[in-house]
Amino acid sequence: MDITSLTAMEIREKIANKEISAQEVIKAHLDRIKELDGDLNAFITITEEEAFEAAKRVDEKVKNGEKLGKLAGIPIGVKDNIVTKDIRTTAGSKMLENFIPPYDATVIKRIKEEDGIILGKTNLDEFAGSYSTESSYFGVTKNPIDRERVPGGSSGGSTAAVRAQEVALALGSDTGGSNRQPASYCGIVGIKPSYGLVSRHGLIPLSNSLDVVGSFARNVTDASLLLDVIAGRDEKDPTAMDIERGSYLEGLTGDIKGMKVALPKEYMNMPMDARVKEKVLQAAKVFEKLGAHVEEVSLPHAKYAWATYYLIVVSEISSAMAKYDGVSYGHRTEDYESLDELFIKSRTEGLGEEIKRSIMAGTYILSTEEGRKYYEKAFRVRALLKEDFDRVFEKYDVILTPTTPNLPFKIGESVKNPTEMYGSGIFCIPANVVGLCALSVPCGYVHGLPVGLQIMGDRFKEANILKAAYAFEGELSLGGDK
Amino acid sequence: MTREDILQIAEMSKLSLSEEEIQIFMGMFSGVMGQVKELDELDTEAIEPLYFLNVKDKPYREDVEEESLDRAEVLKNAPEEEYGYFKVKKVMD
Amino acid sequence: MAYKTIVGLEIHVELMTKTKLFCSCKNEFGGEANTHCCPICLGLPGAMPKLNKGALEYAIKAGLAFNCQIAHRLKMDRKHYFYPDLTKGYQISQDDNPLCANGYLIIEGEEGPKKIGIQRIHLEEDTGKSIHTEAGDTLVDYNRAGVPLIEIVTAPDINSGEEARMFLENLKNTLKYIEVSDCKMEEGSLRCDVNINVVDTETGKKTNITEIKNLNSFKAVATAIEYEEKRHISLLEEGKNTDKETRRWNDVENVTIIMREKGGTDNYRYAVDVDILPVAIDREWIDDIKANLPELPQDKKERFMRDYDLPAYDAGVLTQSKELSIFFEETVKLCDDPKQVSNWVMGDVLRGLNDKAIEVGDLKFGPEDLAALLKLIKEDKISNNVGKKVLREMFETGKKPEDIVKEKGLIQISDEDELKKIVAQVLEENEQSVIDYKNGKDRALGFIIGQVMKATRGKANPQIVNKLVLEAIEEK
Ligand SMILES: [Mg+2]
Ligand SMILES: [Zn+2]
Repeated sequence: MDITSLTAMEIREKIANKEISAQEVIKAHLDRIKELDGDLNAFITITEEEAFEAAKRVDEKVKNGEKLGKLAGIPIGVKDNIVTKDIRTTAGSKMLENFIPPYDATVIKRIKEEDGIILGKTNLDEFAGSYSTESSYFGVTKNPIDRERVPGGSSGGSTAAVRAQEVALALGSDTGGSNRQPASYCGIVGIKPSYGLVSRHGLIPLSNSLDVVGSFARNVTDASLLLDVIAGRDEKDPTAMDIERGSYLEGLTGDIKGMKVALPKEYMNMPMDARVKEKVLQAAKVFEKLGAHVEEVSLPHAKYAWATYYLIVVSEISSAMAKYDGVSYGHRTEDYESLDELFIKSRTEGLGEEIKRSIMAGTYILSTEEGRKYYEKAFRVRALLKEDFDRVFEKYDVILTPTTPNLPFKIGESVKNPTEMYGSGIFCIPANVVGLCALSVPCGYVHGLPVGLQIMGDRFKEANILKAAYAFEGELSLGGDK
Repeated sequence: MTREDILQIAEMSKLSLSEEEIQIFMGMFSGVMGQVKELDELDTEAIEPLYFLNVKDKPYREDVEEESLDRAEVLKNAPEEEYGYFKVKKVMD
Repeated sequence: MAYKTIVGLEIHVELMTKTKLFCSCKNEFGGEANTHCCPICLGLPGAMPKLNKGALEYAIKAGLAFNCQIAHRLKMDRKHYFYPDLTKGYQISQDDNPLCANGYLIIEGEEGPKKIGIQRIHLEEDTGKSIHTEAGDTLVDYNRAGVPLIEIVTAPDINSGEEARMFLENLKNTLKYIEVSDCKMEEGSLRCDVNINVVDTETGKKTNITEIKNLNSFKAVATAIEYEEKRHISLLEEGKNTDKETRRWNDVENVTIIMREKGGTDNYRYAVDVDILPVAIDREWIDDIKANLPELPQDKKERFMRDYDLPAYDAGVLTQSKELSIFFEETVKLCDDPKQVSNWVMGDVLRGLNDKAIEVGDLKFGPEDLAALLKLIKEDKISNNVGKKVLREMFETGKKPEDIVKEKGLIQISDEDELKKIVAQVLEENEQSVIDYKNGKDRALGFIIGQVMKATRGKANPQIVNKLVLEAIEEK
């Protein structure tokens, strides 16, 4: 039996049935990591010792006939911008190269409470601030499907690890597509929950009006399982909504007859790889075949989403990055003669190019009269964008678009052509700006490179998109393979 | 965007820029602001800025004390510490 | 030439909640360095702020006490600047929508009551605290980081150092009355910065506003304003202007010294803090807080005048501090002579407090002891003068007045037969004085009575002595 090819649900079942032990599961995956990760570089930190300790506890529970958690024995990767108590958490930055958090993020606590086993911390663009996982201080992560290509980003470490069967599940974070775009590039399922569904306590902020923690897996069921565990109210994060933890798994029936599916014309008409568009139109046909009603809709303010997103994201990044000053934690420069020099040198040495660019832009927006005008305007346009979507969701259950307009690009290409990289988030951004839930599910391959279908749903209507994705996935029989 | 403007923003951001970076940022600002100006097409005077997507009845906690971290934990990530304090070595200002 | 001094104050007051503004760490002055800290107040990445309802209510209380309008919704903003005391690179504060606005406070000005406008009161978090070692290093303690503050900004309605001092006394008194802050300047729970400039009322010429910091007492505020006032005027007279700058008060030399230039470069890059969800503050909530507001000094003063029939002056003095007013009322309850209690509290008790430089809370005796003392006087067991002595002893030792009187044998002699003997003896020894008195020298009577008192070591009832002496002289 190839343990690493098992789904999370299968692992859980086999451990409960005593077919395999949690320690065997963990060993198989750690062996896989040892075999592959030297080249893939999906992980920044591997927590072998802690993982075996946790696996032993699960095996004890099985032996004693104790009740097992929902994630019992399942190997999980955690994006390294989610803090883990006593385990180095870097956010992919030199700034936090040696940062050991004294607390666990709420999502980590919940995984541990459900007996999930964290194998390590995965690579990401520095502070989750880009789309290719090339801007990490800890090196580039390769796409397991084509190692000359990027896995996407910023959660590229998590998506590569899931795809390469180094873990069964992983956590990521999504500010402007960072869960969906790399899920698409790695041919797996990535969920971006509604803003406020999952606690952000312990998520290192990039842009706090947009950030959200979400899950990855090789199929919809597994991704839903992890979402079940992490979603819902948290007294440690007042911005997490008072939503009782329910079961998304139960909603996965495969029956979507009568579901109302919208195809937004403004997005479908944006410039994109024709082959990607073709796959998405085919996917729409699959929905029709499943008994859903697919219709074209209009989101008139679509073209303003990018500027709106950009203004919010850079302003908030410049604010979020202000805490890295070299005083009480993080990188501190060796030599300084004044406080100003301490701040400037520590930050200049500790932060990477991409993040500096965002800080500069954000400082400009927040400090100048012209910039502030646009800062405020962005939040006004956000209201218009929300109205667009509210109108559509009055009549429709889900919206379909491609996850990204292109196929995974080659490592190093983004430097030559940054526009293509930033453009890869264009379909993802609106869900962040408006706080919607969305996911990416594989919908086919073009010359061996995966294409993702984005399914968007109204705020806190995760059940709709998961149900739709599950039915679609079943029909396409993609699973984790081509 | 002048070179001076860039340097002033860098000063506020507490970043020092290489000559190359200054040039990159000047280019970036003009490009990005061009795109941002697309928003001028929209009249949003009558629209309230939407800062909060979610609102709640009681987004606060009661004034009840909970345990703080041990001092060792507090200082664990300190680049330098002394006598239980975070330390910044002697500076000019 | 005529000049007008224009002063506005910015006052930061720490709220005495149990916990900090955004985390559940203890809000306490002192404490071993860095022991009241958690991921939130340390500004560790990922930690989410959690608003303290108590702090919000305290701030609303202050707003109501100063007659402010209260915002319908709390919105918090980030104020960005880099400083070691500031853990997150920004302070969570309020920019364009302060919690309280457009209030006022009335002071007793030189020409009667004067309204000092309060432009705004906003809620924000305090920073940590740095100390500097002899070696020149900076050591930072984050126990204070995140402690709730209100910042009170006055209108430029204050025109002298004395007015500023009175305003601050009044403000402090009110804040203590409503129990939102202990206002201890020496512990930094009340901090005041001054903005000042001077106008030549004839020419309309104005100096630039200077800011004064490092003011560690109300007296320093008044003195610094007077110092700056002179400096501004003399510059105006030379046809010069002041620089826009921040100056530091040096309380040893009693001068202000330039701290930094203020070229209008402060750019705080305010941004809405979306991690703190807006709190709706409805009428009902405000009314509820208002209903539970303790009696304010002005109201208490009026009540004292009404209920105890006290003159305005007395009522004013007695209500100048909450503790003193309580001390007074508790004493009255036990001995039911408000005017007598008022005289004693305003006189010997206040004097004793001043001499010892202590607060009512530090007294070694309570209202019941003062009441007992006044009872001894009333019942003629001791004289007024002996009473004063006993009170001094109470200040020192905290002993019960009855015990002091007993121990020192101070019980008044009111037995006429006993006193008659002493009076006869004294008259015999001072025949000349008797003659003098009879010849119209009234002063001689005082001397005689004094001698009687001396012979009884002050224990004689003076009224009886007076009567007996007069009778004895008559008989002679
Ligand atoms: Mg302030
Ligand atoms: Zn704290």
